[in-house]
Amino acid sequence: MVMTPEVLTLSETPWLFSGVMLVKIAVAFVVTLLIVAYATYAERKTIGRMQTRMGPNMTGPKGLLQPIADGVKLFFKEDIIPAQSHWFAFILAPMMILAPAFIAISVIPFGGDLQFTYDGTLYAVPMQITDLNIGVLFIVAMAALGVYGIVLGGLASNSKYALLGGIRSTAQMVSYELAVGLSIVAIFMLSETLSMRGIVAAQQLPLWGLESVSFIPNWYIFCQPLAFVLFVVGSMAEINRTPFDLPEAETELVSGFCTEYSAMKYALFFMAEYANMITVSAVATTLFLGGWGGPFYGWINFLIKVFAFMFFFIWIRATFPRLRYDQLMYLGWKIMLPLALVNIVITGIAILLW
Amino acid sequence: MEVILFYLTAIVAIMSAIFVTQCRNPVNSALNLITVFLCLAVYYVMLESPFMAAIQIMVYAGAIVVLIVFVIMLLNLGLAVKERYTHGMAGSGVLAAIVLFVANYFIRYGEATGTGGSVTSEVVASYGHTELIGRAMFVDFLLPFEIASILLLVAIVGAVIISKREV
Repeated sequence: MVMTPEVLTLSETPWLFSGVMLVKIAVAFVVTLLIVAYATYAERKTIGRMQTRMGPNMTGPKGLLQPIADGVKLFFKEDIIPAQSHWFAFILAPMMILAPAFIAISVIPFGGDLQFTYDGTLYAVPMQITDLNIGVLFIVAMAALGVYGIVLGGLASNSKYALLGGIRSTAQMVSYELAVGLSIVAIFMLSETLSMRGIVAAQQLPLWGLESVSFIPNWYIFCQPLAFVLFVVGSMAEINRTPFDLPEAETELVSGFCTEYSAMKYALFFMAEYANMITVSAVATTLFLGGWGGPFYGWINFLIKVFAFMFFFIWIRATFPRLRYDQLMYLGWKIMLPLALVNIVITGIAILLW
Repeated sequence: MEVILFYLTAIVAIMSAIFVTQCRNPVNSALNLITVFLCLAVYYVMLESPFMAAIQIMVYAGAIVVLIVFVIMLLNLGLAVKERYTHGMAGSGVLAAIVLFVANYFIRYGEATGTGGSVTSEVVASYGHTELIGRAMFVDFLLPFEIASILLLVAIVGAVIISKREV
């Protein structure tokens, strides 16, 4: 006898629902933190190898304990708040950059439904913290809040370099947000839903609805290659990865918006960069690469794709030099924004014709 | 439960709104303004319009306040601004009180509110809030929407021409 699984709800089984929710949040949070810690290690190792160096290899076997050593060092350092700074905004800034990155992960589906029996009833739990019916917009909104961390950090430090970094990042993030947002619009038009779960489900159908090529899944990277490129490039600009790391440009601005930060607050900025990288990789995976769909078991596919994206970002960092400021603005407003608009128009015409 | 959430959010919203006007430092005012917008987004969610909540955060908290902070950063506004604009405080206070009273009167006794339209909770739940807004904007009210967008375009072109030294 096949039982249809029940969906957990807050009103019918409040304790079970809360317990499952807390476990999901804890797992997602801890895994993200672990990936953040070892992404620093992976980045230093990879870039080291690409530049024919060894990278960290002294702490622990093959340098594997290096992230922990760095964390402990930064945790015990003296926490300095500059005398002329706005102390409230100065303390708030690192938290405001880290929190949106973690919050955005809450709407990303990691895998299919997990089934378990409790008290004689079969329950199905989606491997996703929550499924909002405006999931994608929620992520874009959280990305929009992420800019405050950098802006406040630059403004509150009361330092020339930090202020310049803050001003640059404001202009950069506001302009690239548009291109990223518009590139995602083409995805909504195809999937006809804003829910992340719905978008993943739409990508598990055969490509373009054709049965003859049913071995290729309907991932949106195949029908929206331009949107994919725009999204990845724009996201790199939004999370300040090289070649768009003008807010911290160490050759000209010392360390940009986080010049005056030390100890754990500096570590939070550092963690935020990697947390943002994970978030962007996860969103790109979900929107364009079919989420958790693939040959292996649910979340393993998802992690493979996310790690591939992160390797790609690290690779880019080792390859490209930093853009000049006017080139950055030119690329954002005069190339990426028109391309995103053209992509929407073409997608609209294609949907009307077929 | 919902009532408790409503009052908690209301307290936070009103406190932050007071701080927006009372903070000596423009940066702290801007931060409080973000809090007010976030509280409004919570209200949109409670009114079953999640799309409006996301747009509220994206546009107001994500773009407009960023521009305000940008201006504060570029001009480095200090206490001088506060002193320059204190003379009209009493007048604007009286005006605000009168507007508040009149608006409340209209909300309570006017015919425009409280009548209820065809869009109820059930319609939103079955049809989807984003779809309803899309239909209203691009089917029912297409012409006013297009006129508004052309007006905005004209305003943007005008701003560019005014700010450019030579066209």
